[in-house]
Amino acid sequence: MDIMSNFINLDAITILYLFGVGFVGGLVSGFIGSGGAFVLTPGMMSLGVPGLVAVASNMCHKFPKALVGSIKRFKYGQVDVKLGLVLGVSAEAGVLYGAHIQEKIKAAFGDAGSNLYVSVAFVVILATVGGFVLRDAWKTYKSGNMDTKEKAGKLALWVQSINIPGTMVYFKSINARVSVLFTIPLGFATGMLAATIAVGGFIGVPAMIYVLGAPSLMASATELVIAFVMGLGGSLKYAMHGLVDIRLAMIILAGSLFGIQLGAIGTTYVKPFMIKVVMGLIMVIVLFSRGLMVPVYLAQLGLIDKMADSTVKLLKTTSFAIMIAALLLGAFIVLRAMWQGKQAEKLQQASGALEHEQI
Amino acid sequence: MAQSNTKKKPVGSMIVMGIISIALYTTLLLKQDLLNSTFAQGGWYALLPIIMAFVFSYFHGSFTGSFWTVLGIEAARKKKEVK
Repeated sequence: MDIMSNFINLDAITILYLFGVGFVGGLVSGFIGSGGAFVLTPGMMSLGVPGLVAVASNMCHKFPKALVGSIKRFKYGQVDVKLGLVLGVSAEAGVLYGAHIQEKIKAAFGDAGSNLYVSVAFVVILATVGGFVLRDAWKTYKSGNMDTKEKAGKLALWVQSINIPGTMVYFKSINARVSVLFTIPLGFATGMLAATIAVGGFIGVPAMIYVLGAPSLMASATELVIAFVMGLGGSLKYAMHGLVDIRLAMIILAGSLFGIQLGAIGTTYVKPFMIKVVMGLIMVIVLFSRGLMVPVYLAQLGLIDKMADSTVKLLKTTSFAIMIAALLLGAFIVLRAMWQGKQAEKLQQASGALEHEQI
Repeated sequence: MAQSNTKKKPVGSMIVMGIISIALYTTLLLKQDLLNSTFAQGGWYALLPIIMAFVFSYFHGSFTGSFWTVLGIEAARKKKEVK
């Protein structure tokens, strides 16, 4: 097989498209710690890039992007490096196991079976976790406690109260000692999800908030460390098989480094519950996008009646359009919140200067 | 109008990092066939795309950081610390 056939020809439009999607994906990642990959991978595949090369190239842009984002947010005091590394290492194991399961499913049920597994994982996890995150954000909004310091929930307090000698580690983001016997499965699940739907943060960030009791801003920033560890290991694995298209990875990186800096700056202007709003909204919208594809794969597997080609095409296009809409909506909320925060800061400074003059 | 505490904008750093970044991307596109054929060999060659990603992220990351600062888009002053 000619390995070079894995690599598509690049023209100016393709470069601009990758740069643009990279920028929006980076913006959202800088803000909520993950995202973008669920559009980037199918986006590359729509250009004719083989699935594995798309996954590999996405990984290879993810780890340097996450590195830059985490350094930026570290400067804002939002990153818990120890928690990120502890979760990152177990996430790496989850990635390998998740990829292994994917291979087994593909071997047993073919592409349609593998796609169905991915879509069902998307729908079930995003419905459960995304719905919960969004509900929590809505409750905070309704209660008017958006400015008050976030408190650990009942589950997190219980996790923090369990003392298993020899396994306890202090994490600054949680300001408590937690047993690694809790963090290992959480990291593992994050990695498995990353290997399945490409966005581990949809489990990682809510797990840090609700299971460990980390504040939203720290959880989303620490997710970038996990993404770096997972992305580095994953890229190395794919690169060893010669699957990384470095041009695609670096062009997406060009856009995403503009985006991730902006997203990271954005977190300093917003109320912490906005992280949950953006994450929850994206998760729920993406869930509908993937849900639309479930009947297509069921039909391909012969579990339901065969569908007309035009219907399949329509569902595929709508599904991809909804995914892009989810990402754009996330980016819009981030930019709007940032703009409002900046205006409020200017107003505060102006009134401060006025008061100073009067004195 | 002018703020007394305005910091010096990193224009010099943005220009230098921007030029290096453009040079890196130009080389990437001009030598794409050579790069892809080398990297596609896998094995120990796997280290090359990883090193390249680190190099690009350092120069381009520094450039994009300075870019937003020069445009006046910086972190809010009030929330330096989040606990």
